[in-house]
Amino acid sequence: MIPPETTSKETTTDMSTERRQSDRTEAAAEAKESSAQDAKGHGVNIEALNAYYGDQLAVKNFNIAFPANEVTALIGPSGSGKSTVVRCINRMHEEIPGARAEGSVALDGMNVYEDGVDVTSVRRLIGMVFQKPNPFPTMSVFDNVAAGLRLTGARGINLRERVHRALRAVGLWDEVKNRLDKPGTGLSGGQQQRLCIARTVAVEPEVILMDEPCSALDPVATLKIEELIDELKDRYTIVIVTHNMQQAGRVADSTAFMLEGELIEHGPTTKIFTNPNDERTERYVTGKFG
Amino acid sequence: MEASATTVSGGRSLIERSPLSRLPDQVLQWTLTALAAAILILIAYFFIRLIGQSSTAISHFGWGFVFGNDWNPSHLIFRGLPLLVGTVVTSAIALLIGVPVAIGTALFLIEICPRRFRTPMAILVDLLAAVPSVVYGLWGVFVLAPKLLPVEKWFASTFSFIPWIGGGTVTLYNYFIAGLILAIMILPIVSAIAREVISTVPSEHKEAALALGATRWEMIRMAVLPYSRSGITGGAMLGLGRAIGETIAVVLVIGNADVIGKHLFNQGYSLAAVIANEFGEAANTTLYKSALFEAGLVLFILTLIVNIIARWFVSRGTRTRAAGAVMAGVAVDEV
Repeated sequence: MIPPETTSKETTTDMSTERRQSDRTEAAAEAKESSAQDAKGHGVNIEALNAYYGDQLAVKNFNIAFPANEVTALIGPSGSGKSTVVRCINRMHEEIPGARAEGSVALDGMNVYEDGVDVTSVRRLIGMVFQKPNPFPTMSVFDNVAAGLRLTGARGINLRERVHRALRAVGLWDEVKNRLDKPGTGLSGGQQQRLCIARTVAVEPEVILMDEPCSALDPVATLKIEELIDELKDRYTIVIVTHNMQQAGRVADSTAFMLEGELIEHGPTTKIFTNPNDERTERYVTGKFG
Repeated sequence: MEASATTVSGGRSLIERSPLSRLPDQVLQWTLTALAAAILILIAYFFIRLIGQSSTAISHFGWGFVFGNDWNPSHLIFRGLPLLVGTVVTSAIALLIGVPVAIGTALFLIEICPRRFRTPMAILVDLLAAVPSVVYGLWGVFVLAPKLLPVEKWFASTFSFIPWIGGGTVTLYNYFIAGLILAIMILPIVSAIAREVISTVPSEHKEAALALGATRWEMIRMAVLPYSRSGITGGAMLGLGRAIGETIAVVLVIGNADVIGKHLFNQGYSLAAVIANEFGEAANTTLYKSALFEAGLVLFILTLIVNIIARWFVSRGTRTRAAGAVMAGVAVDEV
């Protein structure tokens, strides 16, 4: 593995987009290399999932498989339970007072809801990016990315390299390398969201959940995140909730349509958008309701 | 058409109001301004009178009143370092014990306690503030001090190698007991402010930490405490202000010896306690009376400084967060 510090590109201050791109692919290649032995097979299988808020059933008997190293988009109108499904995968759902979930969410065949499963390890394996960019306001750019790593006990040079690698992986390195010690909240919205993605990939999870990651961003920043998602799927299984059907069309290999807490249809993205099986899906993707 | 819309039958414009109709607002404005000004004037007058009343002592002892170590009313010598030391030491003990407990209570109530128990428990903590301070003092005299005496003795002899802690005789009433009582007394205010501040931590920051695989404690350390640090510091400072000025509870348990105690478990005196104890004797002696006023002046200035620092901490906390948001707003435009 090439140490990040030795790359000659880093010393150039005025970087072209191609350079940045190549830098990023390099980081991606590097990342791939480091996990070559387990590059495949980190899919997520959800079986008979019911999720509640108090007495209200928000997700009903949900079954779906998110294939490894693919991007799956969850679409559907507001309140259809997309976010709830995603939050059930890394057990963040239960952090809401009164919320609970039952059923099976299996990562690599291991049910994360089984007794004796450590919820913190589940969340380390299944990272999450939120709707609103949420870097820690009191932390610098560096510390934000390092936050998750420090929880695992990473220190010193090892920590620094992994932070730099994560920043390269999300294409943020050139933009922030001179302001690593400045507050993370001083970045632009799009940069903040990529910082949050860097924070998530830094701990090297197997799955990344994205809950409407672009809904607070402008089109240019959105495009960058979408390009990034495309690169990240070489390495991670990605589940993305989106309200934006064009976005689903651009980034997702397969798309699942949800309505009132139920899965209506899941299939290849092109099929969902051009020739869905269910009439409700068709009406939604063609903009007749929702 | 236009004329009919803006005028009434009398010919007066609708948007024009009679001078009389504005009177209530003007009265309200002037009354409130006068009330606010009265408070300012009162404080200024109070401060000036304090200085005036203590001028005899000030000219007699100068800075020696604050930094000289000899409080001897029978010889009319008033060098009040023992008092200042007593006030500072007991308040410091109160902070050291009270603030961690207060923060712990606040964290428990907001982050861990089941929702339905939160309000009743918070009310119980707040009720500590409703206990009159003389009751705390009384409890200190008859319960806490005698019960803790053996523990203090053991502690002082076991840790006698630590300076200021052991090595001397342990008196029944002492700095530590006074500090402990003060800690209980500042607990409700510090805890209430900490609770308010902690409950304003945005859930997205807490979720960010949890989603990284943080345990509850790691989440608190990563997202909650850094965000609320300055607010909690401000709360602690307000508690300190209360501890510095507390009088009757301290009079009862500090021992009222006008010397500097040799260590934590020795008796001493405080600025507030000396005023409460000696104003009767001082009434007929100009210098004595003036010295007590100067003790009051020192106390007033001390509290003022603490409060200014508290305000500074609280406003700094809100400012840095606001600045971060503004910077983010600017940066968004750049992209």
